[in-house]
Amino acid sequence: MSAADTVPAPRRTGALAAFVLRRPFAAVAALILIAIVAAAVLAPWLGTVDPRKLNVLPRMRPPSETAWFGSDQFGRDLYTRVVYGARVSLIVGFTVALLSVSIGLFIGLVSGYLRRLDAVVMRIMDGLMSIPGILLAIGLVAVSGASMKTVIIAITIPEIPRVVRLVRAVVLSVREEPYVEAAISVGTRLPLILVRHILPNCIPPLIVQATYVAASAMLTEALLSFLGAGTPPEIPSWGNMMAEGRIFFPIAPWIVLIPGCALALTILSVNVLGDGLRDRLDPKIAKRM
Amino acid sequence: MWFFVLKRAASTLPVMLVVALVVFLMLRLTPGDPAVVIAGDQATAEQIARIRATLGLDLPLHVQFLTWMGQILKGDLGVSIFSNLPVTTLIGQRLEPTLVLTATTIVFSVLVAVPLGVLAAWKAGGWVDRLVMVFSVVGFSFPVFVLGYLLIYKFSLDLKWLPTQGYRSPFTDFQGFLRTITLPTITLGAIYVALVTRITRASVLEVLGEDYIRTARAKGQNERKVLFRHALKNAAVPIATVIGIGVALLIGGAVVTETVFNIPGLGRLVVDAILRRDYPVIQGLILVFSFTYILINMLIDVAYTVLDPRIRY
Amino acid sequence: MTAPVLSVENLTVRLPAGGDRANAVTDLSLTVAPGEIVCVVGESGSGKSVTAHSVMGLLPKGQLTPSSGRILLEGEDVLAASPARLRDLRGTRMAMIFQEPMTALNPVLKVGDQIDEVLRIHTPMSAAERRARVLEIMDAVRLPDPARMIDAYPHQLSGGQRQRIMIAQALVLDPALLIADEPTTALDVTTQAQILKLVAEMQTRRNTGVLFITHDFGVVAEIADRVVVMQHGRVVEQGDRETVLREPREAYTKMLIASVPSITPPERPPVSGPIVLETDKLSKTYGSTGFFAGKGRVVKAAADVDLRLRRGETLGVVGESGSGKSTVARCIARLIDPSAGAIRLSGVDIATMPERELRPHRRNVQVVFQDPYRSLNPRRTVGDSIIEGPTNFGLSKTDALARARDLMGLVGLSPDALDRYPHQFSGGQRQRICIARALAMEPQLLIADEAVSALDVSVQAQVLRLLDDVRKRFDLAVLFITHDLRVAAQVCDRIMVMQNGSVVEEGATRDVFAAPKHPYTKALFEAAPGREFGSRLTADLD
Repeated sequence: MSAADTVPAPRRTGALAAFVLRRPFAAVAALILIAIVAAAVLAPWLGTVDPRKLNVLPRMRPPSETAWFGSDQFGRDLYTRVVYGARVSLIVGFTVALLSVSIGLFIGLVSGYLRRLDAVVMRIMDGLMSIPGILLAIGLVAVSGASMKTVIIAITIPEIPRVVRLVRAVVLSVREEPYVEAAISVGTRLPLILVRHILPNCIPPLIVQATYVAASAMLTEALLSFLGAGTPPEIPSWGNMMAEGRIFFPIAPWIVLIPGCALALTILSVNVLGDGLRDRLDPKIAKRM
Repeated sequence: MWFFVLKRAASTLPVMLVVALVVFLMLRLTPGDPAVVIAGDQATAEQIARIRATLGLDLPLHVQFLTWMGQILKGDLGVSIFSNLPVTTLIGQRLEPTLVLTATTIVFSVLVAVPLGVLAAWKAGGWVDRLVMVFSVVGFSFPVFVLGYLLIYKFSLDLKWLPTQGYRSPFTDFQGFLRTITLPTITLGAIYVALVTRITRASVLEVLGEDYIRTARAKGQNERKVLFRHALKNAAVPIATVIGIGVALLIGGAVVTETVFNIPGLGRLVVDAILRRDYPVIQGLILVFSFTYILINMLIDVAYTVLDPRIRY
Repeated sequence: MTAPVLSVENLTVRLPAGGDRANAVTDLSLTVAPGEIVCVVGESGSGKSVTAHSVMGLLPKGQLTPSSGRILLEGEDVLAASPARLRDLRGTRMAMIFQEPMTALNPVLKVGDQIDEVLRIHTPMSAAERRARVLEIMDAVRLPDPARMIDAYPHQLSGGQRQRIMIAQALVLDPALLIADEPTTALDVTTQAQILKLVAEMQTRRNTGVLFITHDFGVVAEIADRVVVMQHGRVVEQGDRETVLREPREAYTKMLIASVPSITPPERPPVSGPIVLETDKLSKTYGSTGFFAGKGRVVKAAADVDLRLRRGETLGVVGESGSGKSTVARCIARLIDPSAGAIRLSGVDIATMPERELRPHRRNVQVVFQDPYRSLNPRRTVGDSIIEGPTNFGLSKTDALARARDLMGLVGLSPDALDRYPHQFSGGQRQRICIARALAMEPQLLIADEAVSALDVSVQAQVLRLLDDVRKRFDLAVLFITHDLRVAAQVCDRIMVMQNGSVVEEGATRDVFAAPKHPYTKALFEAAPGREFGSRLTADLD
């Protein structure tokens, strides 16, 4: 393809500057996220100790200048555990978003174009959507045993129908566009029509959707861990930390509140970034949301 | 009208069937012997055999499904492995707190969210709108349990205005009920308020751009009537839809809220069942919650015909 | 002369900064006397609608602001009026009807209540009095059975009936001024005629001054007392109807009037080329046949359509909305599958051909669609859109681009434009690009599906000339779908009139226009506004 691929680079950087200026909230959110990702990646070099090591500090020590976030009921360093906990949330958020968007995109494209398949696929999606997402995930983890893999799969499955519906809605509206009919008239084959004319229309709303899925996945992972049906307890995830600290809440509230706030801040950043992207990439949907 | 209700009710059947199938397959298609998974690590061979027989796991898959469906149609959701009580009995014991909590939450949320959304749409782009939108995104992002603990920390531990946890039935101790239900309602309602506010704002904003709003202004109608008589009424269908869809969030949220506030409802039943790997209970509860959700959304669809005269299926 | 109802003096309305011009309306002055119909006519972007909305005080807040001038309604400046005073005036002294009767009424309120609302806002009348008044005005605008219709919802009414409700609502309190913003543009021609008649009748009886916004010179010729011609927010020319239409002074007015196709067809020699397209009892039926479909309402969108089209010939298919004319076109292009009948392209029946076998035949039939803004993929360059077809059939990209370059010249655009995106072109230019895309396939049959309907009249004339030109140059068969009798009269060799899915009349254009046989065709022709008015478009080419 010729000119379509050679959009001059300066325009892109100009767009970035405009994005930062026009949507300062989203830009701040992006910065916070970058900081969280950096902390998660660089965790071992950020003055942390072994997150699983017991009695590093006296038990249930409140936050202080030496131990920023205090310690938990086993004397583990909370600062260390919160930094390492970011890894779990980010991995879950990213993987679930990637998986559910790509699987949903495929099902949605095919189902939107093949009438016969569509009815069956959409009934299955309706069914899946009728099971409250957290319960479906709880059920799936409960039967397959707790591991990172099952948690990710269990969170992905309830997210897929929403992506399928979004993609299908785009497909159904775009396939009625005269330019798609013109492409049919000039003899373009179906796979090429899907890739060339329909897929590009799905990408902007999907990028937006992916951020929301990531936020929702982090939330669900934490909920599952909190309820004891999530990430295995030995992994320091924010949900696990809150679950373990729960009974000590009245005497040591920071054990619950600090990872909780870390989680809320992360999800908030992803959501705000998603809103910003939506306004930028998908003004039509932005108006409706 | 009645034909429509029947038609709509009939259309929920395939969805319920898919739900039942998913819940059924969830257990059977997972790798390994589900009886072993359910029985847990310290189970004896005898216990595993008993579970296998109870669940009919030794029969062919389609026979298992049909038997199970037959039981469900008779209102039999199976027997708890832990307590040996029928799942329906367990649900009956725990139903009230959950129903009461979700009801107060829906009422609270709709009363807060709809006026807030209309206000934001009316003042779109202004500072009121921005404030409402910030609240909404924060409401979306705060995990239910984090919010719950923050509220307990402030209002129960710090200010000591309200009890930290527990539940009183409104039918026996109304004052106690009010004191115990306030924080859980706000906790559970936050995400729902955020959702309904957003959709109300968006729908009203969209309707305000319609030609008939211009017509109403051209008649000399004042802004308040334009907003409520013309705009909100037309925005009602998407708002009602989201209120219905949001019930799924509410159900998930109730499980967590009941855990945080130690409320003996269905949510706690789910959590206890997970910890005890009491699979028939988990399965039965998922089914009950899903069917309730489907029914609520069906009723909302029927309500559309009242809200919008154009809708006649 | 009596005092004017409306007097606009030197009105300027500012556009938001950063637009293509500073003002939507610049230094505009006009008056409307009681009992007078003043038509403001202009192409899109001329500022005619902004003028109408300024008078009502209905400009979108913060986007358009009147910056100078006065708008005097019976001597009172509405630009200086408080919001409350403005609300008092609306509905009582001035009222407005809009273009889209489908969307201008509130869908969830009964139509009677919507008329009643005006009375409730502005009068102390009791419920019973109001109801009597509503029934009376509904009767006055000739709505059938007002006592029943008063409880109907808008979606239960036809487009014409809804526009009557709008008129009833506007006139119920006898305003001095009625503003009509393209009130018949969205309506079929027969309905349009009735509504125009109603407006004229109500206005004479009540001595209302009417400010009538339109883009259609036929409508102007039919109802205007005086005409105001606008372009780019300025008044180009104004005067009484006969002077402006017969002896326009300004070049722009002359050009506009010369662009309006005459409803009298020119002489055309019969075409005797080989038959390119032939349909035999072509039918398309839509029906719901699902499990819960109930009795299964079946709609015959097209029934037993027989048509024949020769090389070098233009066949017009005319009809109102829902007549099935587009369905026929889309079946022939195989964008939808016909339910029954044959479609022979140079003798080969493609009606039921599976997609795989159909592909080689597709290049022979090309379509130019109605909406120039949706006919080109916004994310692809114009060049990519034009070469998509030829490369599908094995032409190398270099050769396809060379051909595209030639075609761009042919349709009157610069070949450099191939690297640009659709949004950089105007509607008329996009339609030219679509014609180039169609021609790149070297088709035998070109289907123009309302291809000029969305264009302004001056642009429409240019595109029509281009279509006629390429037909001759490539000896194409053209299937011309249109609702516009004027356009059909000027470009078609033969026409076919459709109603409710069936062909009711067919023949050489000149014969059908001179002596329509079917009652529906007669009604259609009689409804066309301003019949005696118009120009021969292709005269200079023949």
